[in-house]
Amino acid sequence: MILRAEGVRMFYGDFCALDGVSVRVDTGEFVSIIGPNGAGKSTLINVLTGALKPSGGTVRFKERDISGIGPVRLARLGMARSFQLVQVFPDLTVVETLQAAVVSRLGRGTRVFAWLGRDSEVREGALEVAELFGLADKAHTPAKHLPQGDKKLLDVASAFALYPEIILLDEPTSGVSTRDKHAVMEILVSASKRLGIKSIIQVEHDMDIVFGYSDRIVALHQGKVLADGPPEEIRANDDVVNTVVGRKAGAFERGA
Amino acid sequence: MSRLVLGVVTGVILVLPLLAPAYHVLLMLPFMAYAVIVLGLNLLFGYTGLVSFGHALFIGIGAYTGAVLTTHLGVRSLELMLLASAALGALIAAPVAALCVRYVKIYFGMLTLAFGMVFYTFLLKFYRLTGGDEGMQVLRPTLLGQDLGGIPKTDYLVGPYYYYSLAVLVLAGLVMWRIVHSPFGLCLRTIRDNPTKAEALGISIVRYRWSAFVISAVYAAVGGALLGPPTGNVDPTLAYWTHSGNIVFMTLLGGFANFFGPVLGAFVFIFLQDTVMAVVPYWRLIFGAILALVVIFAPTGLMGLVARRRPAEVARA
Repeated sequence: MILRAEGVRMFYGDFCALDGVSVRVDTGEFVSIIGPNGAGKSTLINVLTGALKPSGGTVRFKERDISGIGPVRLARLGMARSFQLVQVFPDLTVVETLQAAVVSRLGRGTRVFAWLGRDSEVREGALEVAELFGLADKAHTPAKHLPQGDKKLLDVASAFALYPEIILLDEPTSGVSTRDKHAVMEILVSASKRLGIKSIIQVEHDMDIVFGYSDRIVALHQGKVLADGPPEEIRANDDVVNTVVGRKAGAFERGA
Repeated sequence: MSRLVLGVVTGVILVLPLLAPAYHVLLMLPFMAYAVIVLGLNLLFGYTGLVSFGHALFIGIGAYTGAVLTTHLGVRSLELMLLASAALGALIAAPVAALCVRYVKIYFGMLTLAFGMVFYTFLLKFYRLTGGDEGMQVLRPTLLGQDLGGIPKTDYLVGPYYYYSLAVLVLAGLVMWRIVHSPFGLCLRTIRDNPTKAEALGISIVRYRWSAFVISAVYAAVGGALLGPPTGNVDPTLAYWTHSGNIVFMTLLGGFANFFGPVLGAFVFIFLQDTVMAVVPYWRLIFGAILALVVIFAPTGLMGLVARRRPAEVARA
């Protein structure tokens, strides 16, 4: 068990966003969190990534308490994340963005007088990830000039370049055209295998993607875990189908 | 192309004292001092995305360190003046930066401004040490152990002191060139572009901002120490907030997006100020209008204007 949250409660004033949520992610698992708007998904992500300290309950990553430790220490511990609203460095090129991640992973950011261009380990690390994500031919394009889909890929790729043990993807295919969604997911899954990323946890609205790639699905509703199980069990759960998945559950058969 | 330009410029600066009238050579001295200052300021401004309105504080530290050393402590070596300025600049910048870099944008700017004001008032009020509003004398420093007290002041300044300043500027420029091309420099740029994303990549934004602030303060102090000897006098206006504004102006004028932009800005500022002051006493009026024009029509500064004509060059840089 790599990541475990137990009895997490989160209040915003009187409003209870999370009411005793327990989730776990095991080594090698691909877990999806689903739920209607306002179910508490964003809050749960912020708690799981140490961005928010929960009002109650515990969050442990590799047996360490990570509640509220913040993004920098979380990244050092081996958990990375990407963002729902794409986050890139507008004036940095693709390769510079990935180099920054590799520099951070290797702890070389304190090298004030070293010549970055001559650090072959950093450059090769960056180019390897660029290759995996199909961004190699745009290596010298500033992020602001990339098409939206590539920005999304770059956001995820730079998180992958940290070689985390677990990665949390906040709607990895939002803003990606339906036609490209599966291509993006294939890239993510194969890249995580290549880079030795053990577990993936994602929040996703596209049920096709959720049922197609998850080992396990956690359904949230009104701050509580409504269901937690493998895709076939979730699909058979009428509560989840009615509140989260929607009526056309049959449409997701082929994904499983 | 840019290497050729740089080589030609360096060559011209090297032979300038032999060709140009002493008056213009003397104007190169504050230019070189300000060039060092804005190289440092731009690490914070252009590379880290923080605009300080208080860096005259560190110029003041450097200038007064030189003055106190030569007049009160009998130290006349310019090397020691520069080293002491750098050390004191770093020492004072360390806690100031620790407080300021927790804030960004206007809050950061206002905090730096506030610290600058505090130091300015200190210089005014502690007149036993600082000479109050009259300032202090800076005695002619020795260069590399050479006591050059025997030669006329102008000869000293357009000769040995000129080349000494140039050497300091070149050294400062080379060191800064390394810094911005280092892994550290890359991390600064990630923070400038997107602090949230930088943190998600494990880059501690407070620590990097702090480091950039301290380095820029050291540059300001070294440049400040170079400003004293040519005039032979330092006074509190060196630390006044309008002076902080001037160096931000130089950086904007030349273009903060380019490594050499601020240096060009310092050059144009010094020589334009001299020209305008010779014609009208209200140079700030003219400069205000120029600043407005730069911000509106050339937000990337003079270097941006040059680069726009040569798009191929930009793409490569």
